[in-house]
Amino acid sequence: MSKDNQILEEFTSKEYEHGWSVNYEADEAPVGLNEDTIRWISSKKEEPQWLLDWRLKAFRHWEKMKEPTWPNVSYPKIDYQKLRYYSAPKQKSKPKNIDEVDPELLKIYERLGISLNEQKRLQGIAVDAVLDSVSVGTTFKDTLSKLGVIFCSFSEAVKEHPELVKKYLGSVVPATDNYFAALNSAVFSDGSFCYIPKGVRCPMELSTYFRINAANTGQFERTLIIAEDKSYVSYLEGCTAPQRDENQLHAAVVEIYAAENAEVKYSTVQNWFPGDKNGKGGIYNFVTKRGICAGDHAKISWTQVETGSAVTWKYPSCILKGDHSIGEFYSVAVTNNYQQADTGTKMIHIGKNTKSRIVSKGISAGKSQNSYRGQVQIMKRAVNARNFSQCDSLLMGNNCGAHTFPYIDIHNSTAQVEHEATTSKIGEDQIFYCNQRGIDSEDAVALIVNGYAKEVLNQLPMEFAVEAQKLLALTLEGSVG
Amino acid sequence: MLSVKNLHASVEGTAILNGINLEIKPGEVHAIMGPNGSGKSTLASVLAGREEYEVTAGEVTFKGKDLLELSPEDRAREGVFLAFQYPVEIPGVSSTNFLRTAVNQVREYRGQEPLDAVKFLSLMKEKMKLVEIDQKLLSRALNEGFSGGEKKKNEIFQMAVLEPTLSILDETDSGLDIDALKVVAHGVNQLKSKDNATIVVTHYQRLLDYIVPDYVHVLFNGQIVKSGTKELALELEEKGYDWIKDEVSGTAV
Ligand SMILES: Nc1ncnc2c1ncn2[C@@H]1O[C@H](COP(=O)(O)OP(=O)(O)OP(=O)(O)O)[C@@H](O)[C@H]1O
Ligand SMILES: [Mg+2]
Repeated sequence: MSKDNQILEEFTSKEYEHGWSVNYEADEAPVGLNEDTIRWISSKKEEPQWLLDWRLKAFRHWEKMKEPTWPNVSYPKIDYQKLRYYSAPKQKSKPKNIDEVDPELLKIYERLGISLNEQKRLQGIAVDAVLDSVSVGTTFKDTLSKLGVIFCSFSEAVKEHPELVKKYLGSVVPATDNYFAALNSAVFSDGSFCYIPKGVRCPMELSTYFRINAANTGQFERTLIIAEDKSYVSYLEGCTAPQRDENQLHAAVVEIYAAENAEVKYSTVQNWFPGDKNGKGGIYNFVTKRGICAGDHAKISWTQVETGSAVTWKYPSCILKGDHSIGEFYSVAVTNNYQQADTGTKMIHIGKNTKSRIVSKGISAGKSQNSYRGQVQIMKRAVNARNFSQCDSLLMGNNCGAHTFPYIDIHNSTAQVEHEATTSKIGEDQIFYCNQRGIDSEDAVALIVNGYAKEVLNQLPMEFAVEAQKLLALTLEGSVG
Repeated sequence: MLSVKNLHASVEGTAILNGINLEIKPGEVHAIMGPNGSGKSTLASVLAGREEYEVTAGEVTFKGKDLLELSPEDRAREGVFLAFQYPVEIPGVSSTNFLRTAVNQVREYRGQEPLDAVKFLSLMKEKMKLVEIDQKLLSRALNEGFSGGEKKKNEIFQMAVLEPTLSILDETDSGLDIDALKVVAHGVNQLKSKDNATIVVTHYQRLLDYIVPDYVHVLFNGQIVKSGTKELALELEEKGYDWIKDEVSGTAV
């Protein structure tokens, strides 16, 4: 084994940091999935009839659908009847604010380095914490509500703002959109809801932190972000899960609605348990994320740093309906050991003078497979649409794979679409150069990888960029090449 | 400071260094010359610890330590610096960030506190003056899109920041214009002290007008076949290498 491969090996064999779990009393739905499960969830959440009907419709559609096989990933067939679809920590009474949340639950988040205590929070970030199937608390609600910003758990939104939920739920990702979106629509348990009124620039980052704790339980959360005319919000999502031998399913849906001149920035640092060194366990991350620039001059920007999950299937997309609207997708996807990722984006240009930009940086190490799949679609009406795509792959070692699947579909001859792609390997030369200056190989890899991913990391809010940098280094620990 | 005895090295089974002997004392400047492919860069790489080169015989001690036992990064931390003939590009990593990582790892090895941002920047400023390098260059990604001369200058800048005990400059003069050559040579001379030493690998006598060597060695077929003082470089400049090749193969001139 060459030295590079050896270092690579060591560097990639680092253990997952958030692999612990906690025992607490839980409210759980019976294992298995049928209409009764859905009724059980809906009644547990005291939902109105229209929502139950919506769920059931999605379920009936899902039953007729087939699990997609086109992604470049392989995993054993999921037995949907063996999963549990709802698990919530028992809280004595429903907490009204974060101070009433069971301290044991808060501790889980403290341990993850996320304090839900408002005084201790990083300034300028409001957090909604979702544990297994429910939101356990949202911080800074009062501060935000003074501006008319609604930031709460999805369940709460259903109760407090049913008209908004009813209007927008499924408007960007219809209940029948795809297999996993339909499943989510049927069984989703909680998630975050965010509404920014007209003309308001949300003064702090809004953030949701997802944690799966329970075993054999799927997590199906739903996030809905609505940005009215001339509003702005930056939204962050983070996630971890305990280390378990069985695979766990995470099938989330995120919908973003941006009205005229609104801007939404959505950033994800995804760190679900990726499985162990031998490919055992890990999260199946099958997520549908989509935003619509409904009004003119709207802008939606997705930034994702994907380091976790055993299998990832995820294409945050933008529908550019408003004229002059802008869609962006910045992604770093790292795979190591036996991880598989099939991720990318769709940019659908409908309005005139719409612009999209795609920057995808894949990093594969170990025996992993990393695919970029992207679609740029320019519709007939989209005069002067512009797209620029940059898809880079970085390989570490000789046992991993990088794949690029760009699809371009143009129905208007004024379109300008540019696609650039590169594949490179971390060179022995680069590592030796660093070594010669006194930098050990592990730090050399971290330096090189962070340099490679810089354009994407720069899109993240400051503290998260630092976190993401560390996470990249951690994910690749043991894998210089 | 550096003692190389009967050093043999090969790459992928081909012998390239065939018994090098070299003694370097603190304060000295040694020039190594020799035809293309004679093994100069290989010698530099072996000293720096490049893994592809297998040392098949011989020993190297540096400041009393067995150099060949040390990892490349530890050699660097002990004070061995190689200015590369072909510096490597590292996209997205600024020179500043790179050097700060390097300086602090070296300091950690030596049991020193890491330099904070302010102290590090003032160190950078001071050294920037020494080699007349532009700040703008240092905020760019390391060597990426640098001109040939800029890369070489940047090597010497890094050397200035890291303050090594033994510097090996592998054809640092090639690619430099006359003015840059003077600046770089001036920088190297400024950094010279009674405690450190320099090995200058070059094809041209011109550099040695500025960095004056105490000894000149001629490397040929992986061996040092002739050593002398700076006059030897002049002789080589005038006569080329053929007479040495002839001498080695035993034919009279
Ligand atoms: N990695 C390698 N694989 C195969 N051959 C190599 C390798 N590295 C060096 N060599 C060979 O070893 C010999 C010595 O190379 P080296 O680079 O040390 O020469 P040099 O004296 O520095 O030459 P120049 O003056 O052209 O820089 C050359 O014949 C070269 O082709
Ligand atoms: Mg050379």
